[in-house]
Amino acid sequence: MLAIKLAYRNLLGAGLRTWLNIIVLSFSFLIIIWNRGVINGWDRQARIDTKNQEVGGGQYWHENYDPYDPFTLEDAHGIIPEKFQSIENYTPILISQATAYPDGRVQSVLLKGIEPDQKILKIPTESLKSDIEEIPVMLGRRMAENNKLKIGDFVTVRWRDANGTFDAADAKVVHIFKTDVPSIDNGQMWVPMQRLQKMMQMDGEATLVVASQEITSAPDLAHWIFKDHDILFKDFEELIEMKNVGGYIMWFILLLLAWIAIFDTQVLSIFRRQKEIGTDIALGMTRGQVIRLFTVEGAMHGILAAILAAIYGGPLLWLQAVKGFAMPEGTDDMGIAIADTIYPYYSIGLVVVTASVVLITTTIVSFLPTRRISKMNPTDAIRGKIQ
Amino acid sequence: MKKIEVFGNFLLFSAMLMAQIPSAEEILKKIDENMVFDQAISKSKMVIHGRIGDRTIESKAWSKGNDLAMVEYLSPAREAGTKMLKTADKLWIYTPEPTDRIITISGHLLRQSVMGSDLSYEDITDNSSMIESYNAKVLGTETIFERNCYVLELVAKKDDISYYKRKIWVDVERMLPLKEERFAKSGKLLKKTEILEVFQQDGRWYPRHMTFKDMLSRGEGTEYFINSIDFNVDIPEYIFTKAALRR
Repeated sequence: MLAIKLAYRNLLGAGLRTWLNIIVLSFSFLIIIWNRGVINGWDRQARIDTKNQEVGGGQYWHENYDPYDPFTLEDAHGIIPEKFQSIENYTPILISQATAYPDGRVQSVLLKGIEPDQKILKIPTESLKSDIEEIPVMLGRRMAENNKLKIGDFVTVRWRDANGTFDAADAKVVHIFKTDVPSIDNGQMWVPMQRLQKMMQMDGEATLVVASQEITSAPDLAHWIFKDHDILFKDFEELIEMKNVGGYIMWFILLLLAWIAIFDTQVLSIFRRQKEIGTDIALGMTRGQVIRLFTVEGAMHGILAAILAAIYGGPLLWLQAVKGFAMPEGTDDMGIAIADTIYPYYSIGLVVVTASVVLITTTIVSFLPTRRISKMNPTDAIRGKIQ
Repeated sequence: MKKIEVFGNFLLFSAMLMAQIPSAEEILKKIDENMVFDQAISKSKMVIHGRIGDRTIESKAWSKGNDLAMVEYLSPAREAGTKMLKTADKLWIYTPEPTDRIITISGHLLRQSVMGSDLSYEDITDNSSMIESYNAKVLGTETIFERNCYVLELVAKKDDISYYKRKIWVDVERMLPLKEERFAKSGKLLKKTEILEVFQQDGRWYPRHMTFKDMLSRGEGTEYFINSIDFNVDIPEYIFTKAALRR
């Protein structure tokens, strides 16, 4: 208790130098928590959006389907099993390659057939209910913008049916939807399921079946393999991990600055306060007690920084969590799910872990220079002799 | 009385002409005799007319039957050394140093445009027989490019033919399709080709200068020139192997 009182007085006595250290350390605190909060927020939103709009509780893939190999699409379709006929629990999707000619330009696209009445994915498929002569198509915002298409526009689409024969028809854009999930948007045209099955001569067939969010694991069926969230989110998790590594480097640099400042302060204190150290030992303090006093002084930087960060950073972080963090233009074209505005998410665990890491490392950094005290001769120290 | 006489003569002339028109199968057979070969080595030039200018690509091709073809680009320098190998349903593209890579193209990608031209990989390596693929009927005669032509409509015999319907204008004398329109199943016109110049070699007529136009795109079309072709060759099998791509 004495050490804490003395350390506190000494710290305040050091004035501006102490406050500079504390401010730098509090910045580190804030930026670490904010950075982690943004990544956590992005992760949460992307998972929710992707589950709602693309993967549901999981997906059954036709055994030949490989989303990374477009060559497989030609053979990746089969009759939809009886089990998947329940519209409440499953949504079959048929995928086929085609070429679109928006304004005469040649553009490779994926035609995705989906039942307009489906209830699993939260995308506006009901807009595909149409009895127009042209193929009614629904596009994501990016796809529409990239191809300069608006609702009501016509675009010629050419495809090959199951036998490999060319066919072509005009499609009409009946709806453009906004989504944060680029994998249901870029280069894709959504078409009524039965229309696409007829176009491709693949009656009753699908490429994959999306299960409702209540079904998160299921046994494989003949020719249909169940893919759970671990598989479907694997790429995304790798990306988040990569972002985390980038974040760790930034924190390390910030903490390093704070550690150097504290280390420097400690070395300077021990050098300038030799007489005080000698007097303390002469008055009966053990070397261990003196080392503890100086270590507590250093470690107290971390505690004061945490208090300061909470005072000015708390409201800032709260404001950002409420108002969100607007992502720059174009970041949603990277092929991964990113919302226009990310709402950082700070968990208690995040704050506790960050505070612990900063406090423990600051204490270690404070302790290291104090080891010199144990080698000091008290008589020389009282005289102020440089040791 | 005079009018009746003129009309009678017209009917007589038309009947004589129709009587001379060979059957559609005979016409297709004759076209195949000109266009389909067992083996050939050719040199050609492709001029792609784009919106920002023209590009010229020269190439050499080794072909055997309908399934095997090897094409090597000779110019421009940027493309020189690039090779394409086509087997029954697959196609490999080799790009030389510094990439030194072989990529496989199959399925839908075979129908993609070759280097931004109006020809697909399938078009460029196609050597299939028309008579085996299509039922044909003669629609009549027309004069195009100052040549008398039979007009034929072809409808696919099988389900797996790329173009469900074609309309061709066949030179009466040389039995080459001087003009061709290829249609989708829906009836939409997809592609148009024209033969603007022909030459005779080894007893067969063959196109010298052709134009291809993807009718759905707004491109300016592609010209194709056969600079030389040798039908009397015996191409070794190793030419059509993946190993030959890197040689």
